[in-house]
Amino acid sequence: MSTSNAYYIPQKATWPVVATGGLMMMLAGFANYLNGSAAGSIWMLLGLAVFIVMVAGWFTLQAAESESGMYSAQVGVSYRMGMMWFIFSEIIFFAVFFGALWYTRNLSVPWLGGEGAKAATKELLWPTFEAIWPTNGPGKVGGDFESMGAWGIPFLNTLILLTSGVSCTWAHHGLLAKNRDQLIKGLMATVGLGLLFVSFQAFEYHEAYTDMGLTLGSGIYGSTFFMLTGFHGFHVCVGAIMLSVVLFRSWKGHFSPENHFAFEAAAWYWHFVDVVWLGLFIFVYVI
Amino acid sequence: MSAVVAEHDDHHDHHDHGPAKGLLRWVITTNHKDIGTLYLVFALAMFFVGGAMAMVIRAELFEPGMQFVNPQFFNSMTTMHALVMVFGAVMPAFVGLANWMIPMMIGAPDMALPRMNNMSFWLLVAGVLLLASTLFMEGGAPAGGWTLYPPLILQTGKALPFAVFAVHLLGISSIMGAINIVATIFNMRAPGMTLMKMPMFVWTWLITGFLLISIMPVFAGSVTMLLTDKFFHTSFFDAAGGGDPVLYQHIFWFFGHPEVYVMILPTFGVASTIIPVFARKPLFGYSSMVYATASIAFLSFIVWAHHMFTVGMPIAGELYFMYATMLIAIPTGVKVFNWTATMWKGSMTFETPMLFSIAFVVLFTMGGFTGLMMSVAPVDFQYHDTYFIVAHFHYTLVPASVFILMAAGYFWLPKWTGHMYDEKIGKLHFWLSVISVNVLFFPQHFLGLAGMPRRIPDYAVQFADWNMISSIGGFIFGASQLLFLYIVIKTVKGGTGETVTDEVWEDASKHSLEWTLSSPPPYHSFTTPPTVIPTEHI
Repeated sequence: MSTSNAYYIPQKATWPVVATGGLMMMLAGFANYLNGSAAGSIWMLLGLAVFIVMVAGWFTLQAAESESGMYSAQVGVSYRMGMMWFIFSEIIFFAVFFGALWYTRNLSVPWLGGEGAKAATKELLWPTFEAIWPTNGPGKVGGDFESMGAWGIPFLNTLILLTSGVSCTWAHHGLLAKNRDQLIKGLMATVGLGLLFVSFQAFEYHEAYTDMGLTLGSGIYGSTFFMLTGFHGFHVCVGAIMLSVVLFRSWKGHFSPENHFAFEAAAWYWHFVDVVWLGLFIFVYVI
Repeated sequence: MSAVVAEHDDHHDHHDHGPAKGLLRWVITTNHKDIGTLYLVFALAMFFVGGAMAMVIRAELFEPGMQFVNPQFFNSMTTMHALVMVFGAVMPAFVGLANWMIPMMIGAPDMALPRMNNMSFWLLVAGVLLLASTLFMEGGAPAGGWTLYPPLILQTGKALPFAVFAVHLLGISSIMGAINIVATIFNMRAPGMTLMKMPMFVWTWLITGFLLISIMPVFAGSVTMLLTDKFFHTSFFDAAGGGDPVLYQHIFWFFGHPEVYVMILPTFGVASTIIPVFARKPLFGYSSMVYATASIAFLSFIVWAHHMFTVGMPIAGELYFMYATMLIAIPTGVKVFNWTATMWKGSMTFETPMLFSIAFVVLFTMGGFTGLMMSVAPVDFQYHDTYFIVAHFHYTLVPASVFILMAAGYFWLPKWTGHMYDEKIGKLHFWLSVISVNVLFFPQHFLGLAGMPRRIPDYAVQFADWNMISSIGGFIFGASQLLFLYIVIKTVKGGTGETVTDEVWEDASKHSLEWTLSSPPPYHSFTTPPTVIPTEHI
């Protein structure tokens, strides 16, 4: 509900410093943990706890302000722009890893195999190396492995995510038509499909590590495979949490056809995760 | 956009419009001026921290042979000096100016996302703290250069994960700041403030905002790969596993080249704001300035490998990146021409901000010309990793970005504080700075052309004379900046005692909206949107 036409400027912000403190604790703890300090992991978990409390507190505050009609349409535009550019920055982050995959497959691995004018590496260091993707490099880093096929679980997961995109849109139609039942069912289906996706992926990772010899340490194939799918899986989890919050708020009777930025933001994020997966399916699994 | 009003509606209890009391005000503030002040004060502090590191470097290089510090610490100093100056001083200073000025220039009550604005600042502090903490760690601070090239950087001791996470925090901070600025400019302009009526500073920041959102995730990704290569057995930059150390350089410079424009585009914006006021003329070629800025930003994404000419790229790559880089000279030339044409036949006066701006036009042009020299791939084989490069980018950063930040300080301090700075000491600061900065950096061109490599604590005796002169220039330049600190503190505390008018500078209110507000401006800038949009800057 947009009852006010003034641009809302909060008097104070207490959560940002809490967020900063939590993040700093978490990252400094993680860094200490990586350096072999036992206390590091404790600080990391403490920081994570602070961060979770912060997210809950900040979002509760925003939801309460939104429901009491403090946000004008102009405030809504600011939020939408903020979310849009946040997602844009995330796309760039994924593009870096896609770029690394492209570069290694099309440039660095063929060069190691003797292509190009400066192919001394092959002659001098690894004369027997053949540039065939998938590879763990001329040093056979990580030992023998099998690469992940596309048409088993990954294809199933593609169908699952695409369906969840449809159910998300169906929920949005429910929201616009003031059909709360459809909204809640649609969101439940979307979150459920998201969790199913993550479970399948966990199963796939388990297979890779136990049966296929494929790990994060399996040379450049393992590196790109797990970093790309892993970051994506993490984003699916974040998206599912966002949608769960939206689901919870729908239950509490929040949102109207005019005022439902949180739903839109979560839905945009979900579609972004969906599109990244399509890229992954094509470039990591199929090709 | 009919009602851009800072007042609260009926549902809100608080009606106090002033700042909160005590120190907590600065921790929880959502006010664009408070946050701008925090950014500027933090940046000034970091300018002196990074400057102290530069003094260590110049002291060590004063004479050949090892003088004061060991080579490892020397290399930590060059690395940390760069990181602190780029991410702690210059970028935050421009974000601080954006926070202070953009809402006032476009007639808005505040920034679009005030709470996130607060978080951007504190994440910056957290990131710099993590980075600074590495100075006290086993194995020392990162010492592989600010570019963090593997495999060298992977030999860093305990500092590596801290440096990586510092980059992550600084990245999140910059992205949030940039999103806020973009949303503010698109969504918060007063009625009548069309895009092509915006002051150039706002335009340059809009474009810089896009750059930041597009590149900070790239840097975050590249250091994430460093982290996993070091601790999680990945092979991104390891040829034995099928990766390539050169891949890091490509990713880094895809970030790094636009990044240097993040520091120079707002510089252009401030220069385009100050010069017309003291030339008492509209900016020459306003729309060509806008298009030139956008062109430079676009080109910045497609020239990155000119930092890597000697790495062993295919010849087609060398040629492409050479010609693409040369193209940047065209929009940059447009800008320099326009600043000069703005001053042409103007009734100029030479107050301190104008002096710094004119010095910027001249000295930045020199930095630009050396850039053009280095863009020629075959000759870059001689310049690469020498002091010629050091001289080049310091000319584009110190007498350009830093001088313009000084100019901005002198230009807007009277508006911010309501007090006038001391013009005499200001001019003294300018003349000491402009002479010593050239004594400091000009000889480095000769050193580089003669073959002195960068990031080395010792050198052959043939380089001794110019190094000593450069160091003397450096010490004078460093000491002169204390004058600026003195002037800032004195101005905040009351300045010369002169009464400052709303427009401070003659007819400034015809150029931009901030001069229509009182000096100092009210806590909330435009509680009702302005009705008249100044257009003298166009």
